[in-house]
Amino acid sequence: MPLEVDGKSYETDEEGYLADLSQWDEKVAVALAKSENLDMSDSHWEVVNFLREYYSEYQIAPAVRVLTKAIGKKLGKDKGNSKYLYELFPYGPAKQACKIAGLPKPTGCV
Amino acid sequence: MADFETPAYTEYPVIPAIKMGTMEGSGPFIAKPIHNEPLGFPGELVENWKQVALDKMQELLGKYRSLQVYLDSCVKCGACTDKCHYFLGTSDPKNMPVARQDLLRSVYRYYFTFAGKWFPKLVGARPLTREVLDEWYNYYHQCSQCRRCSVYCPYGIDTAEISMAAREILDTVGIGQKYCNEIIAKLHKIGNNLGLPEPALKNTLEGLEEDIEEETGVKVKLPLDVKGADILLITPSADFFAEPHIDGLIGYAKVFHEAGVSWTISSYASEAANFGMFIGNYDNMQKVSMRVREAAIDLGVKRIIHGECGHAWRVAYSFWNTLAGPFDFLDQNYPIPQHICEFTNDLLKRNKLRIDKSRNDHRVMTFHDSCNVARASRMGDKAGGQFDIPREVIKAVCNNYVEMDQDTIKEGTYCCGGGGGILTDDLIEVRVKGALPRMQALHDVVEENGVTNMAAICAICKSQFSKVLPYYKMSMDMIVSVHQLVSDALILTGQKTDEDESKEDESK
Repeated sequence: MPLEVDGKSYETDEEGYLADLSQWDEKVAVALAKSENLDMSDSHWEVVNFLREYYSEYQIAPAVRVLTKAIGKKLGKDKGNSKYLYELFPYGPAKQACKIAGLPKPTGCV
Repeated sequence: MADFETPAYTEYPVIPAIKMGTMEGSGPFIAKPIHNEPLGFPGELVENWKQVALDKMQELLGKYRSLQVYLDSCVKCGACTDKCHYFLGTSDPKNMPVARQDLLRSVYRYYFTFAGKWFPKLVGARPLTREVLDEWYNYYHQCSQCRRCSVYCPYGIDTAEISMAAREILDTVGIGQKYCNEIIAKLHKIGNNLGLPEPALKNTLEGLEEDIEEETGVKVKLPLDVKGADILLITPSADFFAEPHIDGLIGYAKVFHEAGVSWTISSYASEAANFGMFIGNYDNMQKVSMRVREAAIDLGVKRIIHGECGHAWRVAYSFWNTLAGPFDFLDQNYPIPQHICEFTNDLLKRNKLRIDKSRNDHRVMTFHDSCNVARASRMGDKAGGQFDIPREVIKAVCNNYVEMDQDTIKEGTYCCGGGGGILTDDLIEVRVKGALPRMQALHDVVEENGVTNMAAICAICKSQFSKVLPYYKMSMDMIVSVHQLVSDALILTGQKTDEDESKEDESK
């Protein structure tokens, strides 16, 4: 089902992940978050922006541990844990946050 | 969480009354041509699919004698009917193992047996139609190939093999499962299920080295692509990515460090999992296995050790020799392949590791036997080693250990509900409902014995439990890696413990 943002149509896969990563922008992220029943706060953006930075360097989403460590360094140790990330992204930081960041879904035994 | 009901706990395990058609549906997402073609399958449903499917069935019947025996020998005794976790969790009678087998058996009879050809109605034979094909796709993706039913079948009929054959036929006509096929294609291209490229793997391993040093003050290496290392570690790529898997990986690294052995991970063969088995396709299973052989030869290692991965251990232990052997270039004085639990247990028994069990005193442990380890392989040199060795490791590093109900452990273990290519979000209902028997057994020891955590030695089990535990009102972090427990109790040489520090303070 394509995602509609400001009259523009974006192709997604069966689970709503963006088909073409290069089409992502902040408006698309807000719409993707909405489809997950999430409102993007500054805290959500911190995670999404880190994911995109990491992806552009390594062509894959970071391990959950790498993500928690990076968030902990940036926002303080009390936030550098997966509990905090699950509060932000209840369906799992790896999958839900990746979707909003416009990244492909992590596959495998995860 | 989702629009289905999570089964409720009962006072004792209940065999549900059947409810026809509760799990009817279109099955998991279908693979696209980009997922199918790299595996050697047609991109989408071929025009003459019926002939192709029957030709494939004939080929498989000739290739795997077991398949024909299984299709011929069922006497409908009913012993298997209440043994499948998917039936117990869904009440759908087509999830009874015998009914699942009959989906294929009925077509086999119609085309390949005398009685089925001439008196189809008398022997439950039916022609292959598009509806039958779709039914196969749906219900053969509600089987995790865990082989529990085969333990109770008086003829030893292995539904897993029938389900693998059905999936192989489906792939051959162009109807593949997206989850499995996308992953296998990624492995062929990049070397692991995640699609984790070498620079990302390197970065992850370096990050873990920093973490271990920060925590213990000891430099522990997680070497990558080191030529001439003695040991090649083959582990599921989930160990590089997910929780609690990664804590297990830290555990392996600490154990190798303390043992003083030289070891390495390979970026070329950075995956233990072999989804070729789930889709029943020999060629893909072989291609995946060959990567390990090539990496081992290229790096010049003497031994191969397997991390915590269930079906990979089955493939390695039971099939590697013919798939990718002979392994005559490895050191024959060690098991080929060797499981990380065997390696660690040996060190523990010889008192080569400094262990402080009290560091795990905040936990009351139980152990979930992973199906492929329990029923399709072995460890060590004694029968039942695959049950005893992981337990010995846990008990050597934890003071508190409790077993779950006898009917749910060892050879009678229940699948986690996510094995065999079912661990995908589009099958979440199947996964949650299929987890019922294990969740019930765990819930019982939580209530009665105060169990806080369950350990497992399979990446799929760990991910599946993290996901389904909350549906059953338990915490997702209850599931831990066995080597996470080892890691937590192990005191590295040169590691400063709180005790040491307080002693130092006293002497000041």
